[in-house]
Amino acid sequence: MFDMTGRNVLVTGASGGIGGEIARVLHGAGAVVALSGTREGPLVALAAELGERAHVLTCDLSDAASVEALPKAAIAAMGSVDVLVNNAGITRDNLFMRMSDEEWASVLDVNLTSTFRLCRGVLRGMMKARWGRIVNISSIVGATGNPGQANYAASKAGMVGMSKSLAYEVASRGITVNCVAPGFIATAMTEKLTDDQKGKILTQIPAARMGEPRDIAAACLYLASAEGGYVTGATLHVNGGMAML
Amino acid sequence: MSDIADRVKKIVVEHLGVEENKVVENASFIDDLGADSLDTVELVMAFEEEFGIEIPDDAAETIQTFGDAVKFITSAA
Repeated sequence: MFDMTGRNVLVTGASGGIGGEIARVLHGAGAVVALSGTREGPLVALAAELGERAHVLTCDLSDAASVEALPKAAIAAMGSVDVLVNNAGITRDNLFMRMSDEEWASVLDVNLTSTFRLCRGVLRGMMKARWGRIVNISSIVGATGNPGQANYAASKAGMVGMSKSLAYEVASRGITVNCVAPGFIATAMTEKLTDDQKGKILTQIPAARMGEPRDIAAACLYLASAEGGYVTGATLHVNGGMAML
Repeated sequence: MSDIADRVKKIVVEHLGVEENKVVENASFIDDLGADSLDTVELVMAFEEEFGIEIPDDAAETIQTFGDAVKFITSAA
């Protein structure tokens, strides 16, 4: 089950903890992976770790021209993009009343608009192939909201609505579009939390532990696989029971 | 029939799975040949590749029939 041999995968945000693990797991299942991110160092290190079947494609998702160029670069490197994982995302947290237009726009631009553009960029090839998988990494806060994250939550909820609409349009062509919504996942970002903060978070998680990047990667592998082909327009919540949606 | 019309017809027949004799001058892709809106997008993509041309969205909207497609491509190619 879940064999990805012969599939070409583009993962954005592969320089981060979750994106890197998604690439690792899909690669481990046999896929060719294109690793995209803004920081070249971690991408090159990951590509070296994976060995064959790994390509590095640096891209600044806040730059529209770079976003347009990314699917083309991925197709040039791998021959096609059969699976797109939109994992890259940024936060610019602030209280709603203090949030600037710039903080709002930059988060919507990178998290939602670049996802839209990348989906559009890979669809032509998927339509022709009559096969494709798009997995958009949303967030628990897109469903629950979170104080200080109006922009981020809006971008992640927007991703869900966008994915469902696209899923409708392309389902008859063998293309599925789904979201994975992580809860609290242990990454470099959560390392910065104090033990006290972590303790408080854990009281809200029935599983009584933070998730691992591997938990998210496994969900992506399922949705990207041939076996996940009848699942589309769905949001798979991976959050240890923190929000049962 | 022109070479362009033959190539367009071949694409339409293959893509929509219709009988060749149904693909006539005034045949509407949607009303007569059973295409849905996504099929029309795919047809335009296929025409672009076959003839090495760009068909802008506003022009694509005017291509409703087989005859429209042949006429547009003849003038663009």
